[in-house]
This record gives sequence, C-alpha cells and structure tokens, in this order.
Amino acid sequence: MNGAAGMAPRDLLTDRLMLGLAALVALVLGMPALKPLFATLYPTLDRPLYEAESFLRLTLDHMALVGLSSLAAILLGGGAGIAVTRPWGREFRGLLETLATMGQTFPPVAVLALAVPVIGFGAEPALIALTLYALLPVVENTIAGLEGVPAAVLDSARGLGMGPLEVLFRVELPLAAPVILAGVRTAVVINVGTAAIASTVGAKTLGLPIIVGLNGSNQAYVIQGALIVAALAVVIDAAFDRLARWATRWSQS
Amino acid sequence: MIAFEHVTKRFGSWTAVESVSFTVAEGEFRVLIGPSGSGKSTVLRMINRLIPADEGVVRIDGEDIASLKPEELRRRMGYVIQSVGLFPHWTVERNIATVPALLGWPKARIRDRVTELLELLNLDPRRYRTAYPHQLSGGQQQRVGVARALAAEPRILLMDEPFSALDPITRSSLQAELSTIHRRTGTTVVFVTHDMDEALRLGDSIAVMDHGRMIQCATPLDILTRPASPLVRDLVGREEWGLKRLSVETVGDRARPHENLTGSPLASETPLHQALSEMVARGTERLPVVDGDGRPAGVLHLSDLVRPGSGGHA
Repeated sequence: MNGAAGMAPRDLLTDRLMLGLAALVALVLGMPALKPLFATLYPTLDRPLYEAESFLRLTLDHMALVGLSSLAAILLGGGAGIAVTRPWGREFRGLLETLATMGQTFPPVAVLALAVPVIGFGAEPALIALTLYALLPVVENTIAGLEGVPAAVLDSARGLGMGPLEVLFRVELPLAAPVILAGVRTAVVINVGTAAIASTVGAKTLGLPIIVGLNGSNQAYVIQGALIVAALAVVIDAAFDRLARWATRWSQS
Repeated sequence: MIAFEHVTKRFGSWTAVESVSFTVAEGEFRVLIGPSGSGKSTVLRMINRLIPADEGVVRIDGEDIASLKPEELRRRMGYVIQSVGLFPHWTVERNIATVPALLGWPKARIRDRVTELLELLNLDPRRYRTAYPHQLSGGQQQRVGVARALAAEPRILLMDEPFSALDPITRSSLQAELSTIHRRTGTTVVFVTHDMDEALRLGDSIAVMDHGRMIQCATPLDILTRPASPLVRDLVGREEWGLKRLSVETVGDRARPHENLTGSPLASETPLHQALSEMVARGTERLPVVDGDGRPAGVLHLSDLVRPGSGGHA
C-alpha cells in the first residue's frame, strides 16, 4: 500500500482521500474568493457570503464535535459490545441492543430539545445527542465482529494458554476490526451530517450558515455550509477506506 | 504422567464423562477412540482444563491441575485441533511462536526454534515463514498447527482428531511424521480419533470410550485380539481384520534372525501388512530384513505371517 508521500502526481488525481482533502482545504480557505460567484448567482442577496464566523473556525469546531462524540461512542459502544460478548456479560446483551436502537431511532432534534432545558445551550447537548446517535452502529458491529471470530481460532488461542485479555487484544479485536471499523465509519459519517443540526442549540458548527441561511432565506449561506459538510464527509469516508484496508492487510497478500 | 481419578463431567442433565479413571505414562502415545458423543474429546479437553471436571481429580505429575493457573498449565502442553485454528492475521512464524512469545523467550531463540520446527514438519522456512495461513493448503496448515503445538517443547501433546479433515495421502504422511516426532522427542501424546486404522497405527495404547465410560484400555494388539465388548469389535471392524492384525506388529517381531538372504531388504520396523504386500508384489515367500543401521537382521517367511505372534489369541 502506498503512503501519500510516495505517490506519483497521477495517483494524487485518482485518490479519493487526496482529492477530497484538496477540495476541503480549497473550500474552507477559498470560500471568500467565491464571493463574486455567489453574488452573480444570487443577485438579490445583500450579503452573498457568510462572514459572521470564518469557515476554518466552523470546520474545526464541527470536526471537534464529531470527533469527541464519535470517540465517546467508540469507547462506550465498543466497551459495552465487548462486555456483552464475555461470559459474564452475556445476559445484558438484549438490554444493550434495545438501548442502542432507542438511541438511534430517537430523532437527534428531539434529543437536543430535551437536553437543552437540562444542560443549557451550547456544544454539550449536541455532544450527548451525537454520541447517542452514533452508539447503535458501533455496538452492533462490535458484537457482530466479535461473534464472527471463528470458534476454532478461539479454542486454539485458549488451548495454547492465552488469558482472556490476550485472547481479546491479540486475537478477537484484530480479527473483528474490519467489522467494527465499518460500524464506526457509518457512525462518524452520519454524525458529520447530523452535527450540522446541532447549530440549532448554539453549537458552532458548519450547520450555522445553513440554519442562518434557512431562517433568512439566504440560499448562498446554505450552499456554502453544505458544500463543506459534504467535502468533510467524503474525506472522512475515504480515510476510513484506508484504515479498513490497513486492518485487513494480512488477507490481501 | 497424566492421571484421571474418578472424573465426571456433566453438561446440564447429560453426563458426558462418567467416573473415568486412567493413567498415561511419561512418553506414552495414548489414543482415545469411540463413537461421537462418547466423551473422548471431553476427556482430552479436561487435561488442559478447557473443560473443568465436575467430580474427581486430574493430575499431571501428581499435581492436581485444579490448583494450577489454567494459562500456565496450557502453555506447558501442545494443543492441536481438527479445524487447526491458526490465527489468520498472523504469519506462519508468528503462529508457531505463539507459546514461546507468551513465555517471553528472547527473539533469536524463537526465530531459531521456528526454523527448526518448519524443517521438522517438512515446510521450507524460506518459503513459508512469512506466509499467511490462507495461502497454505489444508495439509500445510495442519503441519503449522502441529509445529505451533510443539514450539515450547511441551512434555504433553494433546491432539483432537488433528488429521480427520485431511485427504488420505496427506493424513498418512502426517501420521508418519507424528510417529517420528513422538519417537524422537519422547513427548507424551494423547490423541483423539474415531478412525481405528489411525489408532492402531499410532497408539502405544488405545482407550475405547462409549457413553462417557472407558470400556477398554489396552495395546493395539489386545484391542484386536481381545476386544472387551461387541462395541470394541465393531470399531475394529470385521473387514480386513487379518490385515489390521498384521499392521500392529513389525517385520522385526517375526523375522527369523539367524537366516540370511540376498535381495532388496525391508527395515525391521516395517509393519507386517506392508511386508505381505511386498511379498505379493515381488512374487516371493521370503524377504531379507535389516535393522535400523542397515545391518542384516534375518529373513521373514510368508508362513511367519500366519503363525500366531506374541499375544496372538485370535
């Protein structure tokens, strides 16, 4: 597998991750340069470019919110998924799956609306809503990945004298990694989109220009926010693609 | 030495193993045989505590294994299963190094040991050391499985139908290699199978299990000539009984030591059924025999094959 450093210029043009990154950086830093374009497209608008916050600030805050909520979901969901596949945690599996499903079927807007009176406005209610939302794919794929480890492999791991933690970290998790990663990927990509909604409760994300634009009938704002969210989603998806190939490198030889 | 003292194992209301007692001596090759569900695999897995005994005591060298840490107990034993169970994300080298790595051997020692084992199991180290399990055939995978089990020089090797899933030719060559390894290392082997030919070929002694009980434990010759019950007789099978009878003794057991004959000789450890086959193939009634060092060791006559041998009461 090629690292980005060793790539020929031709590969850079065909690599999804590199292309997406280039597009993302160009959009985030170069949006002000597109002001004349938006002015031409929407001649009736007084302000055709969102300038209340820099797009760099919004993008970094957006990424931080997605990153933190995903990390929380991976730790909570992954940990719970591991726990219910151990002999001592098996009986809690049904309960966990029910909770995770509820977390995802609950609309994020409703979680935000319920969390604000308790926690107040800002990033915290958004963090909670996004974490709950990301939990289900992580939990389900952690369980599915761990259960997919062949029984014979586990039998020989134990039979050769690996302890429970050695079996988990040296055998089960590496073999379950592709499936778990697929769940994390789903969760993170969904959260990149969902985090935009968090701007309704005062979290500064790329949803801010979208929501301000929707309220003020400024389509240019909506497009500017949405373009960067889309580019961010492409970059993250492509990065997970890389990660998934790395996690299964042994099966590709 | 392995000792079972009135060991019982139940799964719910089903008794898998019922008050089984037996010992396996140091260096012995003991085969456990029986129909499926007879409890033979359960007995094997109680030796390394993958299954804990409900009643009774299992001892290794006099020590009750319930008092040992299961991981430490298992690292002292090799373990090979039918479906091999190699770690698919590890190279052949890392798979074989599993137990030495758990035991914290230095890297150089592990590397040398892996080379030694690959050669012992007839796998070219240059070609297979860095290969992944999915790049190997079934027979090669089980060779790696055996190498992995032998890696930390265990004094006990536990094998649960290790060759059952292999084609007859691969199975036969692995059986021969296992016999050689057993002779060379003196490792105690407990080997589960449902194949009586395999049991007769490999075992110093054979324990027959049925419905969780051990119904006979004897030498291959005694299993053939003095079956303790109709089940044992059925397991042996009536077909080709004579050839099986010949397969448990060697040319050296029956040859006339003071005679001499020229011609292409047989090694004294050749099983008698192969000697018979050789006589038929060559169209002769007498074959010269040599010992392990290639020195003349007498002559085998066709009539020697039908003369009742040691313990022959058939």
